[in-house]
Amino acid sequence: MNAGDLIGTAIANTFRSRARTTLTVLAIFVGAFTLTLTSGLGTGINRYIDDTVAGIGAADVITVTKTADTAADQTDTGPREYDPESVLTGNGPAQSSVTLMTDAEIEAIGDVDGILAVEPVKSVQLDYVQHGDGTPYVATLGALVAGQSVQLAAGAEPDDDSTALQVTIPVSYVEPLGFADAGAAIDQPLTLALTDGAFTQHSTEVTIVGVAEEALAATSGTGLVANRALEDDLHQLQSTGLPTQQLDRWTQATAWFDEDLTVAQIDQLKDRLVDAGFSGSTTADQLGAFTTVIDTIVLVLNVFAAIALLAAAFGIVNTLLMSVQERTREIGLMKAMGMGSGRVFALFSTEAVFIGFLGSAIGVAIAMIVGTAASTFFGSALLSDLPGLTVVAFDPLTVGLTILLIMGVAFLAGTLPAARAARKDPVEALRYE
Amino acid sequence: MTHPPTAADRSAPILSVRDLHKTYGRGPSRFDALRGVSLDIRDGESIAIVGKSGSGKSTLMHVLALLDQPSQGTLLLDGQDTRQLRGTRLNLARNKIFGFVFQQFFLTGSQTVLENVTLPLKIAGVGRRARRYRAMSALEQLELGDKAKNKAIDLSGGQKQRVVIARALVNDPRIIFADEPTGNLDSTTGRVVEDILFALNREQGITLVIVTHDEELAARCDRRIHVRDGVIVDGEQVAA
Repeated sequence: MNAGDLIGTAIANTFRSRARTTLTVLAIFVGAFTLTLTSGLGTGINRYIDDTVAGIGAADVITVTKTADTAADQTDTGPREYDPESVLTGNGPAQSSVTLMTDAEIEAIGDVDGILAVEPVKSVQLDYVQHGDGTPYVATLGALVAGQSVQLAAGAEPDDDSTALQVTIPVSYVEPLGFADAGAAIDQPLTLALTDGAFTQHSTEVTIVGVAEEALAATSGTGLVANRALEDDLHQLQSTGLPTQQLDRWTQATAWFDEDLTVAQIDQLKDRLVDAGFSGSTTADQLGAFTTVIDTIVLVLNVFAAIALLAAAFGIVNTLLMSVQERTREIGLMKAMGMGSGRVFALFSTEAVFIGFLGSAIGVAIAMIVGTAASTFFGSALLSDLPGLTVVAFDPLTVGLTILLIMGVAFLAGTLPAARAARKDPVEALRYE
Repeated sequence: MTHPPTAADRSAPILSVRDLHKTYGRGPSRFDALRGVSLDIRDGESIAIVGKSGSGKSTLMHVLALLDQPSQGTLLLDGQDTRQLRGTRLNLARNKIFGFVFQQFFLTGSQTVLENVTLPLKIAGVGRRARRYRAMSALEQLELGDKAKNKAIDLSGGQKQRVVIARALVNDPRIIFADEPTGNLDSTTGRVVEDILFALNREQGITLVIVTHDEELAARCDRRIHVRDGVIVDGEQVAA
């Protein structure tokens, strides 16, 4: 029997007992449907996180701080010894401290093997922002490092090469500051106020160049983003009147490394930073928590889908065993007519694989329809605050792999009945009872 | 038609068995189905294997048709020891040389007559068009061309047995084994089926091996072998 006839015969045989095949296909359908939806959920959310990575930080950037007191127990809630070089970065029991770094220490970071460049992060504490004579609002201000981007609702990113003082504001500030919509805020003046080292309040007039979308874990979504000129200007303003020993002290620095480094090499780089008295965390570290949680949830859901598939696999075994039993005589006849055991095995395995294909193809197709519909619904209703999030997304590779996986499971389930069919003795099978 | 004595000298045996034993089980449940059978079946003859049920006649047919292996003894097909036939070559021999006609028909009821008849050709790997052409000519030979598209289950007993003969015939076999071919048919239809089988033997030279307990049918064959308790008790003795 040639391959084409074999597949054709197997497909025809599956439809011979329609009710039984339908029920088995239904069982596989449930498994395939669940598996597709859960992995679609994983794909959708992780894709959203990947898209957001660019907003949080570049892949070749590491944020470096000086380890305050390596000997101190992080979980110790008792009082700490005073360190004039240290600032507290948290309140209450979870308080931790970061030691300020001098220019010499910034240079020391640059000397660590594997660090290509380093730049201190100029932190600027704003008092308020105000548009015209409107209500002043409290705001934070940050800057972009190379490779970072802002997810814009309107306008453009702040231009680091420009000497003009530029800023983007989060979309949530648009209405409070008195603008009709995001578009209306572009090119409008904004007053920034801060207090210098001598406790004098200064204010600076800047231009709004863009409005940033709210995004998961990205600073641009919650605070203002300044261009380099503005950042330098504000930092200088803030340092006015500071005692000399407090000038040019940095809480953290941004360092760049070769973006081709592997995860293991990055870990080694972090170890070298620790040896030099610093600690570093990459974008991947900051995102790691998110991805780990989502991957775990998806994994748990996939386990449920796998259990459904396992049950379906036993359904296939049962269906085919019954089929082999019913067709004992037919199998005997085919063997008497010279059909080899291998071909009999192939015939019944193909039936199993075809049942698996039917169930998975239908399950995947319906899951994609339901998933897309649900995604559209959630995207427009519940999760509209997170633009760009597609809750359930499908990529062709995963979908194809799901179908192949289920066909593989079906094949494995079919081996027992198929082997039983192949072992049938023609004489036994043809004996009249 | 009776077999002329000269034909025995003229044609070589297509099947030849010597001292055939077949044992089922072991110990106290041991059962000897065949206890030393020697027999030659010549190309083109018709032979009846006659015996009561349990005599071992069906076992003998199964061994002759290469469906069962003897426990002891030799079986030569065209002078070649069949113990050397394994795997693909055994399947090829089963497919090309033998055709089967069963008392219970063994047709797949849900399939059409044509599908049932093409089964041996499908197993042989014959292409779709050639398959259809050869099956149709076999059906037409048995005057069933108009039933080709009917479901096998809708046919009468006599029609079913003619479909079975068409299926046995479709791959141009050299031997047709018929196990009680008229057992499930009334005497008139049975006679028609017998006539068809003997015509095939006469006109196409297909060797006919009929297993039956019907003495009347056996009498129409060239030769009768009587089997009782696993041995040949009378009939024309084989020239060793």
